[in-house]
Amino acid sequence: MSYSGGHILLSSQREGQVSRFSAWVMLLVPLAAILFQVYVPLFFEFLSFLEMPLLVVVYFALMRRSQVGGLLVGAVVGLAQDSLSKNPLGMLGIVNTLVGYFAASVGMRLDVDHPLIRLLLTFFFFVFHQFFYWLMVRALLGQSLVFEAQKTLVLGLLNAVVGISLYHFLDKLRKAS
Amino acid sequence: MESFLNRYRSITVLLLVILAQLVLVAVQVKNDQDMRMIRVWTVTAVTPVARVVEALRGGSSGFIRNYVLLRDAHQENRRLQAEVDRLKLENNYLNNELNLADRAKALAVFQSHTPSRTVAATVIGTGAGTNSKMVLVDRGTVSGVERGMPVVTPDGIVGKVITAYPTASAVLLITDPDFAAGVVSQKGQVRGTLKGQGTPICKVDYVPFEEKIEPGEWLYTSGDDRIFPRGFPVGVVKVVRSAQPFKEILVDPSGMARGLEDVLILVEGVHQAIPDTPPGSQPVFIGTPPPADAVKPPDNPENAAPGAPAGTEADRLRAQYKDIGAAQGHKFGEGTPGSKPPDFNLKLPGPVGTPAAPAVPPGGASHP
Repeated sequence: MSYSGGHILLSSQREGQVSRFSAWVMLLVPLAAILFQVYVPLFFEFLSFLEMPLLVVVYFALMRRSQVGGLLVGAVVGLAQDSLSKNPLGMLGIVNTLVGYFAASVGMRLDVDHPLIRLLLTFFFFVFHQFFYWLMVRALLGQSLVFEAQKTLVLGLLNAVVGISLYHFLDKLRKAS
Repeated sequence: MESFLNRYRSITVLLLVILAQLVLVAVQVKNDQDMRMIRVWTVTAVTPVARVVEALRGGSSGFIRNYVLLRDAHQENRRLQAEVDRLKLENNYLNNELNLADRAKALAVFQSHTPSRTVAATVIGTGAGTNSKMVLVDRGTVSGVERGMPVVTPDGIVGKVITAYPTASAVLLITDPDFAAGVVSQKGQVRGTLKGQGTPICKVDYVPFEEKIEPGEWLYTSGDDRIFPRGFPVGVVKVVRSAQPFKEILVDPSGMARGLEDVLILVEGVHQAIPDTPPGSQPVFIGTPPPADAVKPPDNPENAAPGAPAGTEADRLRAQYKDIGAAQGHKFGEGTPGSKPPDFNLKLPGPVGTPAAPAVPPGGASHP
């Protein structure tokens, strides 16, 4: 585990190191996250607060530092989530696409290896994900879903903490540059 | 273009992916009216564009039609305006013709039934002076018109001839201050002298204050002036004021109430009786009944006999029943209810009945 040094903002895009992952990692990790999201809460309900697919999307988008790659990962993961849920196809896909795009955009300018940055970004994108999903449900589906801000902030913090550990594990799967 | 896409590649891909997923959502989701959102969105997206396109098209065509292609509009407008003017003139002409026909008809009826001998004349001009109450008519000495002859209309007296030319005559109207005529009231037979005042209203002088005359009363010519024959309508009394030694009486002349275009000149006046009722409610002339054979059914040989009653069918039936009653000694109106009625099927010899009294005496009569 090697964190980059004392500064958080990158002076140029070249300073940011693009992480590369093997294909099976890019395939199996999102799949595992989705399966976790689907099956684990059935047996461990207290873990239902975890938004594992979102954490994976944020991680890959941040580390790959590619906006197109980030949004494609987000779109695929989101559509997969939609297919396993009662949502119309595209609801979580759109949200995760935006998360992947913006996460990649932020990852190009920040030192995303810094744990604090990861914590803050994960927290921020969780809140963004929840809020934008609530917005789309109201706007596109016309459903009166309640946005619980306090609960969202707490869950965002918990997901950010879990995300730090998850990202630490996923860092092990990076290809050595 | 390629460099543009390369520069904004990421955002372009993002928008495309988002758009694709939005379409995906819209295809699946239905609204409250069970209508797919893709259809709603499409219509919502297309409608403003279509409206703008239609507005542009309508505006363009309207601009072309209303401004570009209006090079002949001014000429067309002038042509239509001229057409409207022509139609207005034609309409006025036809209205005048209609009024003229009505007046001419009334004049002809009056002329044919007045005992006086008259000459019809048309007003062809007015006097030159601003205060002149004089008109020129198209009949003169050639037609037998002489100075001093009275001029009337079916509604009343109009004036008198003051100058007779060979083919025209000057008529002094009754509204002229120099005009005077003897009049008599209808109810009280109050006599006076009608004088013009230069206004549409005339006055009656020399009516003693003790005489009784009321507003609304009709005045007729008295014949005392040796100009107007007795019995022609003059006008209706509008105002009566008590004064010494004569009453002040204002009269609204009736002869020119319906305009003054056609008049009758009395070349040989005949005095008439002053009617008991005002001219407006005077009896209507009823012509003589048609000949007897004209009212009988041609297929009835009995009625074809001479001496059959004239009149209507009701008159004929009335006479027939009267004869039947007389033949059987029956008096109508005297039988009690239940008594035997006369045999109305009785065949009488000879012509059936004689008219008890003709409805209208031959030669015409007046009925109120």
